[in-house]
Formats: sequence, structure tokens, C-alpha cells
Amino acid sequence: MGLLDKEFSDGNIVIAPVEDLFNWARLSSIWQLGFGLACCAIEMMATSMSHYDFDRFGVIPRNTPRQADAIIISGTVTLKMATRIKRLYEQMPAPKYIISMGSCANCGGPYWEHGYHVLKGIDRVIPVDVYVPGCPPRPEALLEGLLKLQDKIRNESLRKKSA
Amino acid sequence: MSLKTETMVLNMGPQHPSTHGVLRLELKIDGELVLDVKPHLGYLHRCFEKHAEAMQYNQVVPYTDRLDYLAAMGNNWGYALAVEKLMGIQVPERVEYIRVIVAELQRIASHQVALGSNAADIGAFTPFLYLFRDREHILSIFEDTCGARMLYNYIWVGGLSHDIHPDFVKKVKEFVSYYKATIIELDNLLSYNKIFIERTANIGVLPLDTAINFGASGPALRGSGIPFDLRRDDPYSIYDRFDFEIPVGKGLQGQVGDCWDRYYVRVREMEQSLRIIEQAIDHIPEGDVQSAIPKRIKPPKGTVYTRIENPRGELGYFIISDGNTNPFRVKVRAPSFVNLEVLGELCKGHLVADVIAILGSIDIVLGEVDR
Repeated sequence: MGLLDKEFSDGNIVIAPVEDLFNWARLSSIWQLGFGLACCAIEMMATSMSHYDFDRFGVIPRNTPRQADAIIISGTVTLKMATRIKRLYEQMPAPKYIISMGSCANCGGPYWEHGYHVLKGIDRVIPVDVYVPGCPPRPEALLEGLLKLQDKIRNESLRKKSA
Repeated sequence: MSLKTETMVLNMGPQHPSTHGVLRLELKIDGELVLDVKPHLGYLHRCFEKHAEAMQYNQVVPYTDRLDYLAAMGNNWGYALAVEKLMGIQVPERVEYIRVIVAELQRIASHQVALGSNAADIGAFTPFLYLFRDREHILSIFEDTCGARMLYNYIWVGGLSHDIHPDFVKKVKEFVSYYKATIIELDNLLSYNKIFIERTANIGVLPLDTAINFGASGPALRGSGIPFDLRRDDPYSIYDRFDFEIPVGKGLQGQVGDCWDRYYVRVREMEQSLRIIEQAIDHIPEGDVQSAIPKRIKPPKGTVYTRIENPRGELGYFIISDGNTNPFRVKVRAPSFVNLEVLGELCKGHLVADVIAILGSIDIVLGEVDR
């Protein structure tokens, strides 16, 4: 709000649609569950480190699902892990978003054909908002995925859905 | 009046910020004291052996990348060496030099993540940022060379996938001179930091005989004071031409073989890697980067075992060939898997918070543990 500081003599009122306000708040502080699965997790770490700096989009890793808004599925999901991810997802408070990062999480990736212990896409277990392709995706690709998620949140409606 | 207490079982992971991936530790604790640690594996089992059976020899290379994803070059190299030995291929001199340089750069990049996450786990977050800043330099060199930042598929059987970028030598030299000066930053920031020493010195002491009995290798073994390094003791490729030292744990801050020693061995190893790169970078001969081998690799019947010194220790590939275009079996001797077994011994009698420091100092990669 630095732009508006000391511009007005009195206190002021901002009039905005409730949806815009809520969506703006939600998309500007997507706290993600700090949770790495496989190779993509290293790229996710690189994205939040010095060069790419996830923080500037308001993405801060949280260590518990209770405080998280989004979860980045970063890597190969095995059958043994899938049940745990489902539980983590269910522990998150709504509204919750999912970014599927990398080919493995999207569809099984290189383990699609012979991976007897690999889940062929995380969307078979939990609903995905944004798919980021790549093996592993570059940090720029993950940032693009995040921007797409922000776009999605920006257009969300709070209205009750009519039957 | 006597107070009745009982031991408690605590599950750490598979989703835990400090378990370096999807590892689950079953801790048996008495208050804060750890009585026993049992690692549970299999959360990242990606069926490597099954894939190796179903693929042709060259097609296995990308899957080796994904074993130890922090040191993909080393994994490629170990596999390529094994198949080359099976077929009796001699690779060109130029290939050997490039392989050594990329593998040593990879060792530095891998140790940077290892040290950074070890520090971040026990509360020092700033070095993590510094180390990732420097790691980006190496990744950018690799990206020029083979187009990928992390999983390279670069070292192929009989050679390399691409020749090096025209700027490769210049950029590597720039990096070496830059990082030689910058590595002191790490010492100032972390190695001799009082708090860091308090958290790591005399914690998780690994006696030499235990390390040998468990088959530990890499910095986990050298931290206990024995200078065993396959690059010198069982030289492969052209490592016998280079002059380098093997850092060992000396117990400078506490007992020999504690977490600080294992940490410090890695820091000094990065310096030695820079030394090897310096010696190699000026002598890359001209020539081809692929030796003349048929496109379809068909080694003769037989078995082969080769081992190389990966950043985490002795990486071995055991290949059985039945004379077909697919390997009959590829077994990986993963250093992280063997080093992880020592964890139970190290954690006994320490506090729960120290388990994190010990696990970080062993430095495991789950892709390699579970395969």
C-alpha cells in the first residue's frame, strides 16, 4: 500500500466486490505444503531458493497440511505413497489447490509402462488444478504453473452453485 | 514413590521436512532419548531392475539418472563403465577427460545440496541459499553441455551424447576461480560456527570398525578417519593421472567420526574436486566423443561388476548379460542404501533432535535407496 500512503487527508473506504477481494488475497499468499517426493523436489527447492525465489509470489513452504493452501506433487507417486498423499490432502483446509509437477505425477512419466509400483498420475487419487510437464520441469516452468493457478483462483466464484 | 514410565513409538515421515525424501523412521523413544531407529523403505520404489530388463542397453541410461538424482552424471558413468567393460570398449581420450570434469563438477553440486540441507535441517537456513546460488553456476554449465539441468542422460555407453559447448572450457575455468574464492564463505558461515559445532560435534560418532562392518563408503566412511577413495584405491578411467588428496575426519571439534567430521570431509572434498578439474580442463584433447560401436549394443554373455566413487560413496553396477540386446539383470549397489543401515547404530542414546543432524550428515537420496 506504499503508493497510497499519505495521499489522503482522511481515512478512506475501498469499495470492491467480495469475490475480487477474497480471490486477490488467496492468490497472493499460496502457502504450499513443504513436501518433496523425488527428483522434482530438488527443482522445487531450487525454485524457492536464491535464483528463482518463489517467495515473491507469496509461496512459503509450511510443514503441516493444516496450514497449507496448495500442495505441489513433486515427483513419482508410488502406490505405497499414494494413500499417504490422499490423507495429507484430506487434512488440508479448503480452499485447497494442487499442482502436479513433472511427468511422473502427471501420468507416470518414464515409469508408465513397466512401473508396477508407480501410480499412473496423481489425478487418479486427488483432483489436480495445474499440470506442469517436464522431467523434471525447469523452475521457470513451475513458476508458470503457479501463475496459471493464480489465474484460476482470480476467476473463482463464491456464489452458491444452483442445482 | 517410583514413577511408572514406558517407551513410546514415534513415526517420523514419510512426509517430514527433514527426512530427505519419503523415508519413514520408526523411533522408539524413552522421553527424549532415542532407543532404536528403524527405517521403513519403499515409498519411492520405482522398479529400476524391472525397467533395466525390459530396455535395451542404451535405453537404461536415463533410468540410471533417476537413481541418485543429485549426482546423475556419476550414475550414468558407472553404468556406461560396466557395459564398456563387458564389451571391452576403449573410449577416446577426449571422452575420458570430459567425463572426469563433469563428474567432479557434479560432485561439487551434489555436496552443495547435501551440506545445505544438512545445515537447514538443524536450523541454519542462510547457507542453503548461498550454496544453491553457487550450484546454479554448475547447472548452467551442464545445461549448455547437454540441455538438462538435473537429469542429463549425457554419458552414454562408448562415449557421450553430445560434444561439449564451445564455451565449456571458459565457463568451467570461470567457475573454478570463482568457487575457489567463495568456498571460504562456507567455512566462515557454517563450518566454524559455534552453534553449528555445538549441534554436530560429538553427535552420531561412527567408530571405524562399525563403519567397515556395515560396509559404509564415501564421506560416511572417510569421516571416521580412513582415506579410502575408489578414485585412488581402485582407479578407473584416468584418475591415476591427477594429483589430489583424500580428506578424512580428524576429530577437529570432537571425536573422530562425528557429524561435524562427515560434514567437513564434504567441504574439503569440494576443494579437491576443484583441483582435479583445474588439472584436467587444459588437457582435453581433440577428437571424437563417440567410439566406433554399433548402434545396437549386444555384449557377449557374461557378468561384470564395476564400482565408482559417487558423491555418496561406492556406486556399483552388477550386470548379467545373456547375449541379447537387453540386459538380463542390472543390480545396483547403492551407497545411500548401505550407509542408511548405519543410522540405527548412530542414533542410539541421542536426542530426537539429533536424529535429524545425523540423518543429514549421512546424506541419503531416496531415489537410490529404494530404486
